[in-house]
Amino acid sequence: MSSRGDMPAWADYVLLPLINLLLAFVLSGLVVLAIGEDPVRAMRILVEGAIGYPEAIAFTLYYATNFIFTGLAVALAFHAGLFNIGGEGQAYVAGLGVALICLYLDFLPWPIIFVGAIALGMAFGAAWAAVPGWLQAKRGSHVVITTIMFNFIAAALMTYLLSNVMLEPGRGAPETRRFIASATLPSMQTMLGWIGIEAPRSPLNFAFFMAIAAAFLVYVYIWRTRWGYALRVVGQNEQAARYAGIDPAKTIIVAMAISGALAGLMGVNEIMGAHQRLLVAFTGGFGFVGIAVALMGRNHPLGVCLAALLFGALYQGGAELAFEMRAISREMVVVIQGLIILFCGALENMFRPWIATLFARHKAA
Amino acid sequence: MTQTALRLSGIDKRFGPVHANRSIDLSVAKGSIHGIVGENGAGKSTLMSIVYGYYQADSGTIEVDGKRVTIASPQDAIAAGIGMVHQHFMLVENFTVLENVLLGAEGGALLAKGEAAARAELARLARDYGLDVDLDAKIEDLHVGAQQRVEILKALYRGARILILDEPTAVLTPQEADKLFELLALWRSQGSTVLLITHKLREIMAITDRVTVMRQGAIVATRETKDTSQAELAELMVGRRVATRVPKSAAAPGAEILRVEHLSCIDERGAARLQDISFSVRAGEIVGIAGVSGNGQTEILETLAGLRAVASGRILYKGEALPPPGTPARAKFARSVAIAHVPEDRHRMGMVVGFDAYETAILGYHDDDALRRGPLLSESRSIERCRDLMGQFDVRPADPRLRSGQFSGGNQQKIVLGREIDRDPDLLLVGQPTRGVDIGAIEFIHKRIVEMRDRGKAILLVSCELDEILALADRILVVCGGRIIGEADGAAADEKRLGLMMAGIAA
Repeated sequence: MSSRGDMPAWADYVLLPLINLLLAFVLSGLVVLAIGEDPVRAMRILVEGAIGYPEAIAFTLYYATNFIFTGLAVALAFHAGLFNIGGEGQAYVAGLGVALICLYLDFLPWPIIFVGAIALGMAFGAAWAAVPGWLQAKRGSHVVITTIMFNFIAAALMTYLLSNVMLEPGRGAPETRRFIASATLPSMQTMLGWIGIEAPRSPLNFAFFMAIAAAFLVYVYIWRTRWGYALRVVGQNEQAARYAGIDPAKTIIVAMAISGALAGLMGVNEIMGAHQRLLVAFTGGFGFVGIAVALMGRNHPLGVCLAALLFGALYQGGAELAFEMRAISREMVVVIQGLIILFCGALENMFRPWIATLFARHKAA
Repeated sequence: MTQTALRLSGIDKRFGPVHANRSIDLSVAKGSIHGIVGENGAGKSTLMSIVYGYYQADSGTIEVDGKRVTIASPQDAIAAGIGMVHQHFMLVENFTVLENVLLGAEGGALLAKGEAAARAELARLARDYGLDVDLDAKIEDLHVGAQQRVEILKALYRGARILILDEPTAVLTPQEADKLFELLALWRSQGSTVLLITHKLREIMAITDRVTVMRQGAIVATRETKDTSQAELAELMVGRRVATRVPKSAAAPGAEILRVEHLSCIDERGAARLQDISFSVRAGEIVGIAGVSGNGQTEILETLAGLRAVASGRILYKGEALPPPGTPARAKFARSVAIAHVPEDRHRMGMVVGFDAYETAILGYHDDDALRRGPLLSESRSIERCRDLMGQFDVRPADPRLRSGQFSGGNQQKIVLGREIDRDPDLLLVGQPTRGVDIGAIEFIHKRIVEMRDRGKAILLVSCELDEILALADRILVVCGGRIIGEADGAAADEKRLGLMMAGIAA
């Protein structure tokens, strides 16, 4: 009757994903074997490249930060019954909001820049998602269509602004000047330095902590507030929402805005933390991978964090792998990531009936 | 000597931990109407699904006309001469009757040849059984009684000699039901066999030859219909004595609580759903709205609850006009002035099946200050409220953390009804309070509704079960085609007259 079948929660949330992950790795191993490389060695390089030394860990966490934000964005919208695949565009536009403050108001005191840039980034992301939300709620235009179209609009807008308005004169690439130091997020290296720990240079920055906090707050919002309750009712049964006096249109717009703000935080991590300047196509597909992260994380903030870590590790370890093993190109790594998305996301229910039967038998016996 | 048309031996079926059928032995005599009764979840539907090939039994055998058969799919069942008419019709709405009958039995790649043969055959069936249906009419243009005849035609056309009918009268007026029973009797007299699944004991007594009672997946008794009674069957079904009608004193109506004046409403397609509806409900009375499903009852309930906009008319509550319905804020407002609404379709509207029970138990009241802790919605208080409600309304299992959808129909309904009654409303709008609910729970739910009335509350009851209206209502309004076409006193109401009015024949 329920989608959970007859198995205990731990099997659903731990055992099943692990089986799927294992299968994805086995298949990836076969692919590596097929192109004439040693899968065991490839695996070792991948793992070592992801978590083998401090710098690797820092990079893994930096990528994971992006995935947490975009994964949360997808997950939250999903609970309202919305499939926000516009995280890419929302983060991109959020980068603009961040840059406006960090470039043009950088004479302000540091705390004001800090709060203002993050807030404007989130607000830009929220607005970029709220418009599709409004179109869905009031006009019935499906968010899947509109959010993806908004990705293209964002890309065109940003390219125009960067190559015609905001670019630093005399620079070859379409990007702005570097922000001044007081208009950036402190890096992990700096922060650990404050407490006397030496850390390697990496793009990992304060936004990582924001991501953890965001995951916690999203959990509280969805499951512990009446707004989250209303959001879930709308997501699961719009008729029941109307019956309960909940305004589905308003709920949908608000949910999209929050989702966009979360995706926007990825822009904060990249622009204010890692690059410290606004540049073309900085979103690099993280917005799309957020869909897979949410899917794998079962749209639960904790699951999203774990899935984000896995994808962060794959990104970092994969880069190392492409560097170390000549036969394995960057594209090969994408294939492996694709397999994981396939097994953990798209085929997540493949083993469910089988395992449910096993548990049922066990229980009956 | 009577022959056996269908014999089931040792049918056993499990769904995971649920033992749906426990070594069922059943034999159905040829040329008889055999009733199967039981509460929801007793295993009737599972058993019939096995006979019709939707499920495979884990063990046991099926014999048709003394020959062992293997039924692995509905095709096998049809080949063995078994036909089934489902409670929810399996018809393609925008196909004609002929096209529906041919669906799956086209008789070749080209339709024309099959159609010609089918026309001749259907004409014969229609003549033999009085199944007059316009073969070229579209299903969506037919009323439910005619749609059901199409389902029966479909089964007969495929050569069914054993016909399974699942709750066939749920959507029919009493007159249509009588017509169906005449047809079944004629069918029986020609040597065919009917398996009738129902929870209406009156029908069992009226039409069947034998009746089998199921409880918790097993057969508890098989009786010759002439040797049993409704009371005995009810007791066998539930496992204890039940009152088929709750005791109720005469109503003592007080002040007028609800007054509806000239209400009209139009649906999305521009068709009139309600036309000039006027009535009132007073404190301490139950007003029942009787009618065949789809004649405006839903619209009446939904406009009063605030969910549906009206074209014209006024709704007065305690003497004051309510704001115009149709906005979420209005639905919320209704709750704030002590109007509660138990929707007709609990799955579609009254609950969220994927939510835990305690979350369903606060639906519509999630803004209550009592459930708040700072900015948060207090889980412990919601659970406490749910536990309290489960105790009061005897919800089983009393587990606030169980998913709403995993409760049985009766217990789901108790949660929804309990949620609304628990707020002690002055006006209760209640639709189909016992749809898909077991006899034991029906008795309980009816008692609670009467109890509310006795506490001086106003109740508007919508039900498609005439029995339920007759059992509960102090005053009965009959709707047909979006109009109120008659009114009757609850105590003196005559079922036959009500039935005629439901069919649109004003008396």
